[in-house]
Amino acid sequence: MKNWVIIFGGLLISSSFLEAKQIGSGEDLNWLTQAERFIEMKDPSIRKVALGALLMGLSCGLIGSYVVTRRLSLFGDTLSHAVLPGIAVGFIWAGEKENFSLLIGAGIAGFAGVCCLSLLKKFTKIHEDSSLGIVLSAFYALGICLLTRIQKVGYTDQSGLDSFMFGQVTSLSSGDIISLLITLLLIGLFITINFRQLLVTGFDPQFSKSIGIPNDFLQFLLWMLIAFCVISSLQLVGVILVSAMLVIPAATASLFAKRLKNYLVLSSLLGAGAGISGTFFSFLGKGLPAGPLIVLFSAFLFLVILFLRPEKGIIVCWLKARSERSRIIIENTLKATFKILEQKDFQENEITSLEIMKKRGLSRREVEREIDKLASSGFCTKNLSANDEANLPPQTVMILTPKGWEYACKIVRNHRLWELYLTNEAQYEPDHVHEDAEKIEHVLGEKTVRQIERLLKNPKLDPHGKFIPSITDIHQGNLPRPS
Amino acid sequence: MVSGHSSYVMKHHDLPIEVHDLTVSYQKKPVLYGVDLEIEEGSFVGILGPNGAGKSTLIKTIMNMIKPNGGYVKIFGDRPRAGIKRIGYIPQKESVDWDFPVTVFDVVLMGRYGHHGWLSRIGKEDRNKASECLEQVNMLAYADRPIGNLSGGQQQRVFLARALAQESAVYLMDEPFAGVDAVTEKTIISILQEMKKAGKTLMVVHHDLASAKEYFDQLLLLNMRKVAFGSVSEVYTHELLQKTYGGKLAVLSEMATEVAKNPEP
Repeated sequence: MKNWVIIFGGLLISSSFLEAKQIGSGEDLNWLTQAERFIEMKDPSIRKVALGALLMGLSCGLIGSYVVTRRLSLFGDTLSHAVLPGIAVGFIWAGEKENFSLLIGAGIAGFAGVCCLSLLKKFTKIHEDSSLGIVLSAFYALGICLLTRIQKVGYTDQSGLDSFMFGQVTSLSSGDIISLLITLLLIGLFITINFRQLLVTGFDPQFSKSIGIPNDFLQFLLWMLIAFCVISSLQLVGVILVSAMLVIPAATASLFAKRLKNYLVLSSLLGAGAGISGTFFSFLGKGLPAGPLIVLFSAFLFLVILFLRPEKGIIVCWLKARSERSRIIIENTLKATFKILEQKDFQENEITSLEIMKKRGLSRREVEREIDKLASSGFCTKNLSANDEANLPPQTVMILTPKGWEYACKIVRNHRLWELYLTNEAQYEPDHVHEDAEKIEHVLGEKTVRQIERLLKNPKLDPHGKFIPSITDIHQGNLPRPS
Repeated sequence: MVSGHSSYVMKHHDLPIEVHDLTVSYQKKPVLYGVDLEIEEGSFVGILGPNGAGKSTLIKTIMNMIKPNGGYVKIFGDRPRAGIKRIGYIPQKESVDWDFPVTVFDVVLMGRYGHHGWLSRIGKEDRNKASECLEQVNMLAYADRPIGNLSGGQQQRVFLARALAQESAVYLMDEPFAGVDAVTEKTIISILQEMKKAGKTLMVVHHDLASAKEYFDQLLLLNMRKVAFGSVSEVYTHELLQKTYGGKLAVLSEMATEVAKNPEP
């Protein structure tokens, strides 16, 4: 019964983020002064925390690139939870919160967790995600039991222990900074020496083995470094969120990095950026925990880049689609004007908005807007003229400029050529080709058009017997154009 | 059983590949039994056999990626580790992470890694070689593309360029024709033929019986043991193919009737 109480208590602790700590003094300073204090960096405690967050961001970003490209995210999560019992045992052993023994304990527990994973993999058919789940929760539960026990039994100085759960930047010691620095140096050294080998094992493990690279040994070293990184980052973001720092900056980098080198640089910069901005915002006011804010900032950067990245970004795609739509509308209107002029055997050059309304099947307002668009792009000039029927408002009358006329001819030519191509070369029935040509006319490039013209031997008429304005006609102004 | 040209090869230590009584098993389950093989310089060998016949295992054991339970492999008379640089390798496509952030050029450059020690730098010569090999497979225009953006056939050509960049004397290839369209298959086979002309020794795992007859000079029929090894005309017979595939596959009876119709000269 008592055990259940302990477990329940542990879960209560773990679910309460109120424990997460903020930086700075307890004084109630206004956020502007706090921001100034942070930027000046005169306060040694601020310097320490900022430096710690920076180092953590860099290490997590670097090693995280390998975590993400090798699909080890769940592994990082398991490792960070598995170190918890080690920390508790380290504490019991040292009798106080002494960094060195806690780190040793965490290291041993992490190693034990990895061993459990390898054993499960070797001797069972359980899928990797399930074994990760088993090891993660079992070690974590054990850790919480031990920690709760320590708090209930009452050691002299147990106050700093829960910082490992949620991170506690206020208790960041010089020793923590040194271990973060050592971790970063080790990771940097490891990547510099083995960059090529890591690249080839990550991409093509079989080939890598064939040229004599020790895949398993490299993998083992990588695991150890991930463990170091997790353990040294615990003090800042805590057990629960540390794996986020391994995954989020690297996943953000993966959105647009095409080569591993860029991936590493971007990921570490993003990690560092999140670290600094998270601590900065945590410093601005009371009740703003640094660890969770750092993670939130990484997630925020992820979102920003998801929207803003070039080529495939959501905003860029949206803008492209919009400009494409407006181009298609312009082209359709121009095509309509060509057809109206054609119906009048090119004897007139004035087109009224009413004619376009009939041709396009649009409302008056829509047509007016289209004419305005054409006029502002320099494809036509427009005037108002009195309506024949006295009770209606005056109509807009437009005249195509030479530029607009050329564009209109081009679109009509694209449409009719494509129709002819489909009927002659692809054996479509003449009454099936219009729909297709309606779409293709907007995307046909100059080169393709010439190819089709050559293929069809410069045709004059489309399958419906209508005339096809040719490229040379357009350029030499040979067309029957309105005077 | 046809056992190749071993009868008149006197200097065994000169052979690019010598396999003697090789037995390999995975977790106590034997995959290959007592395979003997002697491959001469400049051979172009196709390895045929049903799924699970141990084709990939044989190749990996020759590459020293799998430790045999019995027997040995010698590469130019040496144990494989020493000779490993002299063998180029194309693994099966499935074992590769095609989403990895790496460009086509970087992949081809990997072919040069084996020529360098752990810390020595990749130099300009290596880069030139890589471009040259990409040119050879007609993929230079794609050098800066991420490898994941390429089609299956293009990826396979990049792998061939990487193998060329290895400048090895012997090449082992695991299904280079898998998932490749007819045009690419032609390109690949013509490059392989050029490599053979340049004096390279090639062993290729292949899955298509019909084309095997035309592509290769020699065939190794494998089904957990060596069924037969020799020139195409000696080995590509109804009887031996039946023995290799155990008559289980539909394609075999098709091929068998075809062979019966036009007996090989």
